[in-house]
Amino acid sequence: MNKVLMSGNHVIGEAAIRAGCRFYAGYPITPQNELTEYMAEHIRHAEGGIFIQSESEVAAINMIAGASAAGLRVMTSSSSPGISLKQEGISSMAACELPGVIVNIMRGGPGLGNIRPSQGDYFQATRGGGHGDYRTIVLAPASGQELSDLTMEGFDLADKYRNPVMILADGMMGQMMEPVLFKKPKPRKYSEKFMLRGAGTGKSKFIHGLILDPIDMEEHNWKLARKYEVITQKEPRFEEHKIEDAKMVIVAYGTAARIAKGAIKRLRAQGVKVGLFRPVTLWPFPELRLRSLSEIVKHYLVFEMSTGQMLEDVRLSLQGYADIKFHGRPGGAVPTPAELANVIAKFYEKID
Amino acid sequence: MVKTVFKRPRSLKENVFHYCPGCGHSIAHRIIAEVIDELDIRGITIGVPPAGCAVLAYNYFDVDMIEALHGRGPAMASAIKRSLPDRVVFSYQGDGDLAAIGIAESFHAANRGENITIIFINNAVYGMTGGQMAPTTMLEQKTTTSPAGRHRTLDGYPVKVSEIFSQLEGVTYLERCMVNSPLNINKTKKAIKKAFQCQLDGFGFSLIEILSPCPTNWKMTAFNSCKWIDEVMSKTFPPGVYKDNIAAAKKSAEGR
Repeated sequence: MNKVLMSGNHVIGEAAIRAGCRFYAGYPITPQNELTEYMAEHIRHAEGGIFIQSESEVAAINMIAGASAAGLRVMTSSSSPGISLKQEGISSMAACELPGVIVNIMRGGPGLGNIRPSQGDYFQATRGGGHGDYRTIVLAPASGQELSDLTMEGFDLADKYRNPVMILADGMMGQMMEPVLFKKPKPRKYSEKFMLRGAGTGKSKFIHGLILDPIDMEEHNWKLARKYEVITQKEPRFEEHKIEDAKMVIVAYGTAARIAKGAIKRLRAQGVKVGLFRPVTLWPFPELRLRSLSEIVKHYLVFEMSTGQMLEDVRLSLQGYADIKFHGRPGGAVPTPAELANVIAKFYEKID
Repeated sequence: MVKTVFKRPRSLKENVFHYCPGCGHSIAHRIIAEVIDELDIRGITIGVPPAGCAVLAYNYFDVDMIEALHGRGPAMASAIKRSLPDRVVFSYQGDGDLAAIGIAESFHAANRGENITIIFINNAVYGMTGGQMAPTTMLEQKTTTSPAGRHRTLDGYPVKVSEIFSQLEGVTYLERCMVNSPLNINKTKKAIKKAFQCQLDGFGFSLIEILSPCPTNWKMTAFNSCKWIDEVMSKTFPPGVYKDNIAAAKKSAEGR
């Protein structure tokens, strides 16, 4: 198979279809429209592929919940304000243990904000986002290749844990073109017993999130919590870059991590010993690895395209064992690697 | 030999309805179950109950069911039907669910001509939450949130779902019925059967609006509730067939 040059939004769509996604519903919102358009054009060529342009983001999430219950691999996508609208549905999918992939191509916020790349939805994504005690698995790709790999993996994780999975990227990732090699997806493993396809001659089933008895509801909450505990232990993913001799480690994800890599390259050329810790799963956060890193590296700089959200997870992970600084560019502002290198250098000077 | 003249439909579980005495939901449930039995579609039917009094419908219907969030039944039902085109999919919705919070999902499922059936229970109030004003509350009708009666300039007008939806080109069959007398119950059952058959034949979207008594929240006896449907409610919401394109759909299907 050859590498192809594609924009990020198209990569997600192609990877999803290859991974067996056969139902997509979405509503136009910038900067993710190319993904909806890609699905409209291409999912119908896959056998059994269904595309619906929904009347709203709310309808879209409930459509994928329905198709997921019917046993299909499902996806919806949107950008920040639209993802807010989907939250009740995401909570319900988690409650009903319906798998599905939700793509958030983040833009500047709060409110309508703007259509520039941003990372302001970290809290919403990693803390569940909707109401009630639940979590979504959050994957944060940082390259075209990862957009493909993590989208495919997202479907597997959603099935494995019967839980919604969010691909959290931003306008930069969505719009940027990069060469991608689409890997062979794994065959789907999802039991028919979880699907709602008509009772046939057997016993009828029902799927519901309403549990009126508080003791039963509590037990359901604990059941979900036990599942989240397993995910927390088994699924954290991260990348480390030039941390062997680092005196300072930048903690960044997605687009911010790419910019940080550019900055680190420049700084390394000047002999500045900085490295990168990049969480690939934002939930579960790679907490244990970061904590053990604090035995070697004592200085951290969290860089986000927000006013400081992942910063809280870094603090929780390091538990006061290391010094943490923060640099943020919220609202759709994207710094250049050179600009970030200057910022890092200033922090670095003070520790050296 | 004993001849069975009345029995519990196969598609109705042996659970006691939680509905209030005189409520129309249990009647609607029963006749839907009878239709499912008569059409012999229990094994291929998937129901989508709403948030509202009928949220526990899966305790009663012995068919596969998935609960929808408030108002989102038609979105969910559309997706299930598209995923499993040979199944019979129905969404069961109240007036708040269909005509307020879920008007967009209902309207657009109808407009897309989704091959699903909506059973729409219109009882002019929010039942489960305790009798608040619904989009279908009558003018002057007193509810807990319209204590002086629904006021046209403050609260707007009762939403006439059948009249509005019948204008949509995607709709194949639409009838407004009542479940306040044996005769009307039989008519309603006939309409539901026609709607399900319309879906089985692949002719597209059908909606049955049912004027249904809510004695608890209307603060009336069951008998007076049935009378109120005849004397008041049906004047604003006249029963009848609002759209029937089944013959045309049949013709165009034969032409293909």
